[in-house]
Amino acid sequence: MESQEARRVLVVPGEAFAEGDYKVLTPSYVVKVNKKYVAAVVGLAQINNETKEIAVIPLEGCYVPQPEDLVVGYVVDLGLTSWELDIRAPFTATLYAVDFLGRPVNPAKEDLSRYLAVGDTVLAKVEVFDRNRGPVVTTKGKGLGKVTRGTIVEISPVKVARVIGRKGSMHQLLEGETGCEVLVARNGRILINCPNKELEDVLVMAILKIEREAHIPGLTDRVKEFIIREKVKRGLIGGEAKAD
Amino acid sequence: MERPRLIREDGLRHDGRKYDELRPVRITVGALNKASGSALVEYGGTKVLAAVYGPREIPQKHLLLPDRAIIRCRYHMLSFSTHERKSPALTRREVELSKVIREALEPVVMSETFPRTAIDIFIEVINADGGTRTAAVTAASLALADAGVPMRDLVVGVAVGKIDGVLLLDVDELEDMFGEADMPVAVAPSLGLITLLQLNGVLTREEFDAALKLALKGAAQIYEKSREALRDKYMKVRVEE
Repeated sequence: MESQEARRVLVVPGEAFAEGDYKVLTPSYVVKVNKKYVAAVVGLAQINNETKEIAVIPLEGCYVPQPEDLVVGYVVDLGLTSWELDIRAPFTATLYAVDFLGRPVNPAKEDLSRYLAVGDTVLAKVEVFDRNRGPVVTTKGKGLGKVTRGTIVEISPVKVARVIGRKGSMHQLLEGETGCEVLVARNGRILINCPNKELEDVLVMAILKIEREAHIPGLTDRVKEFIIREKVKRGLIGGEAKAD
Repeated sequence: MERPRLIREDGLRHDGRKYDELRPVRITVGALNKASGSALVEYGGTKVLAAVYGPREIPQKHLLLPDRAIIRCRYHMLSFSTHERKSPALTRREVELSKVIREALEPVVMSETFPRTAIDIFIEVINADGGTRTAAVTAASLALADAGVPMRDLVVGVAVGKIDGVLLLDVDELEDMFGEADMPVAVAPSLGLITLLQLNGVLTREEFDAALKLALKGAAQIYEKSREALRDKYMKVRVEE
């Protein structure tokens, strides 16, 4: 894992970082100029010479919806048969009442604010998003719908991948070490449910640490150490024993 | 005001610079918290702050384009940025500069990534000492990069002036006021694009060629500093122990 991370280079827009023929895994962030691959954003460039693949992982930027993404949205407006959600994308997302309620609605008889009012939080999944229309989200699925409890931590959407980690390693670490329920939405809103305030504080600090140090290798180990240290500081576990 | 001696007897300029020397360039990326991206750029006494918001949806839907994002740019000088108080209202000059700065950035911004949205750039001149439009271009392009807006290259601006028949790089306010010509240039060095070229005054063809060469040389130096400043934002993050 370390060797993979070591081959990452910090690039800025206009910087050529590879030459030849490669498969570009992140086409929105790489431009090809005269056989050279040029980064279009500030990010970490990954070059894999074995598979001939390159990618630029951005360090800044807004959330770009993708179908099947889990998102946490805030209701910002309601129409006659739908709600508008802020999902931190350049566009607001639409949640249809038919979808949310599971039955047709008659706007003449029903007021949608009875179910979701402006300011409410919704856990949803992106259903469709194309260039002609804004994103449409759905609440059909296990655990989706109105959020009634928990705390939301907001981080930059481009750093979500690091909070999840390779094959979910960081996510497992956060849940395992703190005993909290952590739900990482793709738009950078993390919903957490903790057994007590102390553990919540530790978890929030750990998440913010991940956001701040996302580009520095060896993150998982540092976060693990950090959580244990903070727990000891708060008397949640003994000096040498580790709560597993 | 009486015309001061702009080129000293020892051949240096009034502030001690050589003919092809830039003023000290200082760049801070991410100077603001609330904006999507921001940058503070100083060319000597000139100090310009740029903030970028978006890409975002805007209430004025009629302005939006179906295939790409629109870029809106406002260049503004703060009332205390000049010797005499400047009215805070946008002047004809500021409206024009907003347009030319926007057009200097449009060729590099990959606006097709975000159709039906707007990218807003706000530029405030905090202190004006010549070359505000070129510093503004540099600041705006860095703020865009800081906001994570995909760009083909960074754009940097620099001006060349002619004083007493000599071409000088990065003219300040005094040199601009008494000079014979002033030529602001904005360049995207990696792409080899010139996105802004204005000329105030008269240059011969030979002088123009030499002036452009001088501007490209200065731009290359500022470009290097800009890239460094963007990287610095991340390199300076230290692991907490």
